[in-house]
Amino acid sequence: MLRVTIDNITIEVEEGTTILNAARKIGGKIVPPAMCYYSKLKGSGGKCRTCLVKVATTSELDPRPLPKLVPSCSTLVQNGMHVQNITSEQVLQERKAIVEFLLINHPLDCPVCDQAGECDLQNLSYEHGLEETRYEEERREFAPVNFGEKIKLHMNRCILCYRCVYAAEQITNERVHGVLYRGDVAEISTFVENFIDNDFSGNIIDVCPVGALTDRTFRFKNRVWFTKAMDAHRDCEKCSGKVVLWMFGDEIYRITGRKDEYGEVEEFICNDCRFENKNVSDWIIEGLRKIKRSSVISQNHYEKLTKQSIIKPIEGKMEQQE
Amino acid sequence: MGRKILLEKINISGIESFDIYRKSGGYSAVEKALKTMTPVDVVEEVKKSGLRGRGGAGFPTGMKWGFIDRKSDKPHYLICNADESEPGTFKDRYLMEHLPHLLIEGMICSAFALEAHTAYIYIRGEFKYLIGILNNALSEAYANGFLGKNILGTTFSLDIYVHPGAGAYICGEETALIESLEGKRGNPRLKPPFPAFVGLFGCPTVVNNVETLAAISPILNMGGDFYSKLGNGKSTGTKLISACGNINKPGVYEIEMGITVEDFIYSEEYCGGIKGGKKLKAVIPGGSSVPVLPADLILKTAAGQPRLMTYESLAEGGFETGTMLGSGGFIVYDEDQCMVRNTLSFARFYHHESCGQCSPCREGTGWQERLLTRIENGEGRLKDIDLLADISKHIEGNTICPLGDAAAWPVSSAIRHFRKEFEFHIQFPEIVKNIRHGNIDKYL
Ligand SMILES: Cc1cc2nc3c(=O)[nH]c(=O)nc-3n(C[C@H](O)[C@H](O)[C@H](O)COP(=O)(O)O)c2cc1C
Ligand code: SF4
Ligand code: FES
Repeated sequence: MLRVTIDNITIEVEEGTTILNAARKIGGKIVPPAMCYYSKLKGSGGKCRTCLVKVATTSELDPRPLPKLVPSCSTLVQNGMHVQNITSEQVLQERKAIVEFLLINHPLDCPVCDQAGECDLQNLSYEHGLEETRYEEERREFAPVNFGEKIKLHMNRCILCYRCVYAAEQITNERVHGVLYRGDVAEISTFVENFIDNDFSGNIIDVCPVGALTDRTFRFKNRVWFTKAMDAHRDCEKCSGKVVLWMFGDEIYRITGRKDEYGEVEEFICNDCRFENKNVSDWIIEGLRKIKRSSVISQNHYEKLTKQSIIKPIEGKMEQQE
Repeated sequence: MGRKILLEKINISGIESFDIYRKSGGYSAVEKALKTMTPVDVVEEVKKSGLRGRGGAGFPTGMKWGFIDRKSDKPHYLICNADESEPGTFKDRYLMEHLPHLLIEGMICSAFALEAHTAYIYIRGEFKYLIGILNNALSEAYANGFLGKNILGTTFSLDIYVHPGAGAYICGEETALIESLEGKRGNPRLKPPFPAFVGLFGCPTVVNNVETLAAISPILNMGGDFYSKLGNGKSTGTKLISACGNINKPGVYEIEMGITVEDFIYSEEYCGGIKGGKKLKAVIPGGSSVPVLPADLILKTAAGQPRLMTYESLAEGGFETGTMLGSGGFIVYDEDQCMVRNTLSFARFYHHESCGQCSPCREGTGWQERLLTRIENGEGRLKDIDLLADISKHIEGNTICPLGDAAAWPVSSAIRHFRKEFEFHIQFPEIVKNIRHGNIDKYL
């Protein structure tokens, strides 16, 4: 076992544990945000840089700090390591900058985005973003693409986390899409034919942290915060059959995997479960799903906004106008 | 005349052919290494020489070779990085064009030291004309028993393949190069693990620059101790410098490390002074990725010492007043050159070349370019200068590979040393449009 201290909290973890997973073991506020890492996808992580932390002491044997911030999702714990996340001003500063970078080319079209309310980028910006943008240049633009009947890509919203690429590679029988081109014109694409269809292709929607890949069958039907999330299951030959039904009244609007507090599905589900069984009678309903994540749907996180940062400036503006 | 080691024989006519190269003493290092030394001996000799990587980072070559995982039961690989795409750097192509056998000989000795039986020359796609030259030289080496099975009757066997890239600067970064060589998209890998443990096809791998590998045979011939006495301090031996810009004699020069920058710019042996007798304005001494320095700081350190062409001297003063030797792409600007326009042109390059994997580089490089374009077009505001400096500060150090730093440094250093010129661009766009160069002194 290795001993690691994160923001002054010490725990023991097994050899081969990353800083991020050690922090998740502790839980709470000291867990760095992760936009590209996905524990169930091998090779993921290291790209978005939102999880950067400071290593103040490398190990018992080598007490020196590491010269640069490191991605906690892909840096292994060493015995006696001391990590600073929210206790490091530098980490918080750089995280702000990373969030700003992620947003400069983002269309900020939350009002018309189906991911709104359960979007990791929204949550991240709320928690770590600047209040005003300093970006005044043009944003890159791509036209939306349909990958077949079920999946839609809004490349404008993509943060190039590569999760969908790993997912297609690792949990479907064939990967037909990937990243084309370079830099900020890189895009998720099938290159030849805009068609992604196999038994597990729907999971690329679930792993997408933003509204880049969305469920066409749910498109514009409702807002997630008006729907009720119900745990349910059915007998399925292809997958565990354990899903979340997003219901409005007695109707099922959307079906997804069961996401944990870090936005990761507990198990990947098949397309039959996701797209083909939209009648309540298809499912055995277990009960209301407890949403642990900090987001609009959990209704436990956005209160702060109503108090100072939103109302006050609006009040100010209203007075000015009168 | 300064001492020549790499280019010693460059003027022998026909030196690119095996026969002439061999007649002039070529391939003796292979004989020496394979017949009289063990792999570890060769590594020790290179360690003694103090040779540092010539690809840009200047990491001690012997030490890097020492990391190779010899306990691994997997094959080892040697890769020659011939992707040379850094603006201002054009020394490797010169070596490969004129002295292909010097590279091949060095690769044989290096592969022997690393116990590698397969080596690759990963060459920049645009260097099409070199691929033929290299393949020719390789077949000559095969035909003469210096490549293939049981070289010189020893148990050592080696195959070398030339593999062209598709023209991406990022594929010069060693782990992106490895991905590309494996047939994948050229995205840099996260490190650790380092290639010495997990490299090509998951096997222990060493990636070295063309010039680094070309220096191996001379080192084995003259002995590491002897080589280490050439040069200056920890900058041992000689270095190829590709000089360009507003100088009288652009070209590739071999210098013994330790000559002064002033001597390099003004002496007839090297750059021959500034073209048209103009004043020196600034120098980027190590390829576009290293910080630019204004004339006074490139000629003398902040402490008033003459600046030398060594890793240490060029770096003296840190980034506040110093720069880096980098890959040796020496770019000289005269008094009429516009720093804003030049910075924009580098920013455009890095924006175009970012692989796009990590957010600070993907987004930050584009932001830098767009902001600079606005300033260059006379649509900037004074606060944009600080914003620009802030963007580059947040790219630097936060990325997967050093391209992020390389994109940030030209911008931050230009602002650090030439802020006045940026301000002038913003305040007097009309004048800038008319003069179209950077000599703003008479307007200030
Ligand atoms: C963006 C980028 C581009 C690079 N391009 C080259 C190149 O074209 N040639 C090269 O030798 N090294 C290049 N390097 C450095 C290599 O990653 C590596 O350090 C070098 O090949 C090691 O060889 P050396 O130790 O002999 O210098 C580049 C690095 C980066 C980050
Ligand atoms: S720094 Fe730039 S080039 Fe390097 S991995 Fe990140 S995005 Fe790619
Ligand atoms: S989650 Fe660690 S870099 Fe993206």
